[in-house]
Amino acid sequence: MLPGSWMEKRVTFKGWLLPLLLIAPQVVISAIFFFYPAGQAVWQSLFIPDPFGLSARFVGLGNFEFLLSDKFYRASFVTTAVFSILVTLCSMIPALFLAVIADRLIKGSGVYRTLLIWPYAVAPAVAGVLWLFMFNTRVGVVSWYLGQLGYDWNHVLNGGEAMGLVVVASAWGRISYNFLFFFAALQAVPRSVIEAAAIDGAHFWRRFFTIVLPLLSPTTFFLLVVNIVYAFFETFGVIHTITAGGPQQSTTILVYKVFSDGFVGQDLGSSSAQSVILLVVVGLLTVIQFKFIEKRVHY
Amino acid sequence: MAREVHGMVEKRGAGLWLTHLFMILGVLVIFFPIWLAFVASTVTQPEIVRPPMPIWPGDQFWVNYKAALFSGVNVPVGTMLFNSLVMAIGIAVGKIIISLLSAFAIVYFRFPGRNIFFWMIFLTLMLPVEVRIVPTFEVVAGFGMLNSYSGLILPLIASATATFLFRQFFLTIPDELAEAARVDGARPMRFFVDIVLPMSRTNVAALFVILFIYGWNQYLWPLLITTDPEMNTIVMGIKQMFPSGDDVAEWPVIMATSILAMIPPVIVVVSMQRLFIRGLVDSEK
Repeated sequence: MLPGSWMEKRVTFKGWLLPLLLIAPQVVISAIFFFYPAGQAVWQSLFIPDPFGLSARFVGLGNFEFLLSDKFYRASFVTTAVFSILVTLCSMIPALFLAVIADRLIKGSGVYRTLLIWPYAVAPAVAGVLWLFMFNTRVGVVSWYLGQLGYDWNHVLNGGEAMGLVVVASAWGRISYNFLFFFAALQAVPRSVIEAAAIDGAHFWRRFFTIVLPLLSPTTFFLLVVNIVYAFFETFGVIHTITAGGPQQSTTILVYKVFSDGFVGQDLGSSSAQSVILLVVVGLLTVIQFKFIEKRVHY
Repeated sequence: MAREVHGMVEKRGAGLWLTHLFMILGVLVIFFPIWLAFVASTVTQPEIVRPPMPIWPGDQFWVNYKAALFSGVNVPVGTMLFNSLVMAIGIAVGKIIISLLSAFAIVYFRFPGRNIFFWMIFLTLMLPVEVRIVPTFEVVAGFGMLNSYSGLILPLIASATATFLFRQFFLTIPDELAEAARVDGARPMRFFVDIVLPMSRTNVAALFVILFIYGWNQYLWPLLITTDPEMNTIVMGIKQMFPSGDDVAEWPVIMATSILAMIPPVIVVVSMQRLFIRGLVDSEK
């Protein structure tokens, strides 16, 4: 069954050459830049190239076995999980908070919204540079003030601090994005429902937890999935600019490892096997997202 | 009655001011990194390397921005801005065109292989280039497209989000319009140009905003395939401005570049806010 195939046009045009021509550009580009490379990744993941790249030895699932027993790779899985959860929480909670406040204002919420959109437009890599600047061990303002308070900030050596910094830098721009969705969802909550609860004497926080939050759950679930996908795949720029995966691989998430093993380490077999594992992860996340979207369309 | 209830739901008086205060505080915290970058782009290097740096802008605005735009570190930032512009517009326009065409074919025709093609496109949904970088790099290198605009653009337009958005939209166009066109003996492409395209205007605009940002903010892909500084995009070029050894980074110029890198996408997002929000909420739904 096609995704979304509950809807089809009754009226269609005849002919098969024209539609094939129309669809050709997308199919050709997808084939060359998507299916062929993805196929290559699967194929290469079954081989170990010799050090000179002249020939390759077939190892079957050897690369995968090696990866799954490799403590660095397993550590990278844990790092990715911790990182994604933290980014999701750090971007969704402040966004929800701001959206709830903005929703209580009759006037002026538009101005705040315009201002809060800004960080969404800032590239993750640029966000990385901005946060690196604030926490730079030599010139950073925040790290300097922390020093005055007696706290010696050094994310170059301290893995925990490095993780904290990449999480905050990654979550920052996402607050805008999540805010827009929460705000739109809050505005869609029927006023009559809330007013009815207010007449019954329910306080703001009581109304929020018993009525508003449950009504927001489709949006919340959607944002959870989208933010996890973001943390997995779109934060490369943040990590590359701030920590380059360090110190001691403490911020090497899976996507970063594909890059560093494939391009820096030149370990093509392992990098390809990692790509294949990520392909599976993406596939699963896509299925989850679509299951949810189909359900939501039926509402 | 209704007014009193309103009073209970929306804040007034002291509560209202408190709400505004929270909101302003939130905006200030969110804005702080951008403000600091702006301040750093208007002061001298010695002012920055002796912390704490000033919190209000200095008088070096023109000096730093001129240095960034016309000489930069490896390559003038003006060049990188131009490359980013070509890449972002190329990706946005390219994706919109191929998606409009393929969505039209899928919705308005029954042709052999339709389901297979639809699934092919569906599979490309959501899979970022980051996951298949090594083989995609090899393909692009094989075509001799390293350090070229086509190498920057083409691999990134192979994804299906836009196709799905247009498909969803085309399905809502009343059948009567296509029926009438068919009765009048209009050819499919006539119908596409005269009816479908004009109706898709707002969707196209909303999508343009989102895709422009997506293209502008790319990092890993340009990092891999532009080895020639002349082809660097601004977002990836900033990192290249940091010295590799123990030298101190030229912070005022780097921060001026960061500000320059965020101006075009911010202008696009803020000026097309309504369309952008609509497009965002619609396309992700």
